[in-house]
This record gives sequence, C-alpha cells and structure tokens, in this order.
Amino acid sequence: MSVISRGFGGRGDNDDARIPPGQHETYDFPVLSAGPTPAVSREEWGLDVTDLDGAVTRWGWPDLMRAPSEEFTVDIHCVTTWSKLDTSWRGVRVRDVLGDLATEAEYALVRCYGGYTTNLPIGDLVDRDAWIAYEYEGDDLESAHGGPARLLVPHLYLWKSAKWINGIELHLDDEPGFWETLGYHEYGDPWLEQRYVGD
Amino acid sequence: MHEDNDHRVDGNAAAGILREVFASDVTTARVVCGHCTAGTSVAETKTYLAGPGSILRCPGCDAILARITKIRDTVWLDLSGSASWQIHTG
Ligand SMILES: [Zn+2]
Repeated sequence: MSVISRGFGGRGDNDDARIPPGQHETYDFPVLSAGPTPAVSREEWGLDVTDLDGAVTRWGWPDLMRAPSEEFTVDIHCVTTWSKLDTSWRGVRVRDVLGDLATEAEYALVRCYGGYTTNLPIGDLVDRDAWIAYEYEGDDLESAHGGPARLLVPHLYLWKSAKWINGIELHLDDEPGFWETLGYHEYGDPWLEQRYVGD
Repeated sequence: MHEDNDHRVDGNAAAGILREVFASDVTTARVVCGHCTAGTSVAETKTYLAGPGSILRCPGCDAILARITKIRDTVWLDLSGSASWQIHTG
C-alpha cells in the first residue's frame, strides 16, 4: 500500500504552499541529536507498550515484521526551521501496534534508546497518520536517522517523531517529554507554528 | 523551630551571589556528574548543539549534565543531572 499524504500535485509550482510558516525547504537530511547515537541491532531491538494498568506488551523485531507495513511519502518539518518534502519511508501504523490498548488512554509518552522522551495525544497516533518507520528511501533506516526504528508523525514538528523508539506508555494525563519540559510546545503543529510553550 | 522563626528571607537577598554565578564565563567551571560522580571542566563535556537546544553530557558516562534552550528571549536551564558546579568568580 502506498500513501501519498499531500494535497497538491507533483513537485514544482505548489511547493511553497507545502512549507509551513517560518520554515524553509532543505534538500539534505540534517541530523539533529541530543546525544550519542545508540547502537541497537534489529535482534536486540524491542518496543514496550505499557498500558494504563502498567501491563507491558513487548514487540520484538519479528513482531514488527509480521505486522502489515506501508510505503508512504510525506513532508517533514523540523522546529529548527527546515522542511523536507517527499520523503519516503516504510513502516507499521502505530494504531496496529497499539491495537485495543489505546481505547481509554488520552496521551502517550514515547520512550527511546538513549533516554529521549516526547509526548503526544493518543488521537494523533491512532486517528492520524503515524508509523513506526524502519526504512527510508528504500534502505534500512540508518542509526543516525533513528534506526532500527523511529516514530514518524509527519503532521507535527519532527521532535515528536522520536528516533530509536523503544517504548510507548499510555496515560490519562499529558506528561511533557524531553523538549516539552524545556519550553517547547506540548503539541507542536507546524502549520500553527506551535514551536514554544504558549504559541 | 517554628515556620516563622527559621531566619528565612526572600530570594532577592541572594541577588548578589546569583549575579556572580550567572554573569560568569563558566567554560572553566568544574561540574560533577550526578550519575557517576566524576568531575570535569565544562569545556571538556560532550556537547550537542544540533537540535532544539544545547545538551552537555558527562565525558565519562554520557549522562546529561545540563540542558539549555532559548525560547524567544528566555533561556531555560535544567542542571538536574549534575551534582554540583564550581564556578570561579575571581
Ligand atoms: Zn558521569
């Protein structure tokens, strides 16, 4: 299955309309890291989904490979003001990972190898386009870009698309993550320019 | 000791010492890691700038010593990963 998540034709005339306010287009793929790149093999990779009652469901790499995957092409927007159009990925929809678990929870706290965290409303993970991505432009996702697997939520600033994901905790209340506790917006919609708290 | 008899004053009384701390060049300061307790100079920390903020990490154990963001005209500072800072004011 291929998902083209954009409302305009091919590249060209309408590209400017695909760049959110305050952003500019970039053609390379900047690597932004808050720490050393974790070295995690696919064999040792795991994703712990923690339900409201604390019960943990662990996804290993074979579980991820058995789940239905999609190829998708999306635009991504980093809060440091670059946007990159037409990036193509393969991944498993987060709603297929969460399954029935997400019915009562309101928020997710995403955890990563290396200690990074970020928070999102559950609805943005299950009702909107959101994936656990493990291929980029046809190749295995490099560790520098979050491999073996990263979250990808293209309708929010890219700090929400946590690299090296290893956990999704379900919560009733919003719990701010790594950048959200230091002045960044709790939601981060690039089209509303929600960069900082109060935007 | 009663709550109203504990010699407490408000934070304005610390303005002088705080001004010494925050007006200093702290690259030569010594910071002690809250995780492994190793001490290092700020200049020798592993620093990551390429993101929404600046992250200073312990060169020994990679634990975060300091997180700093610039949010409009306000700097946000989290030093909770460090045990202490020794800042030269002389
Ligand atoms: Zn340390």
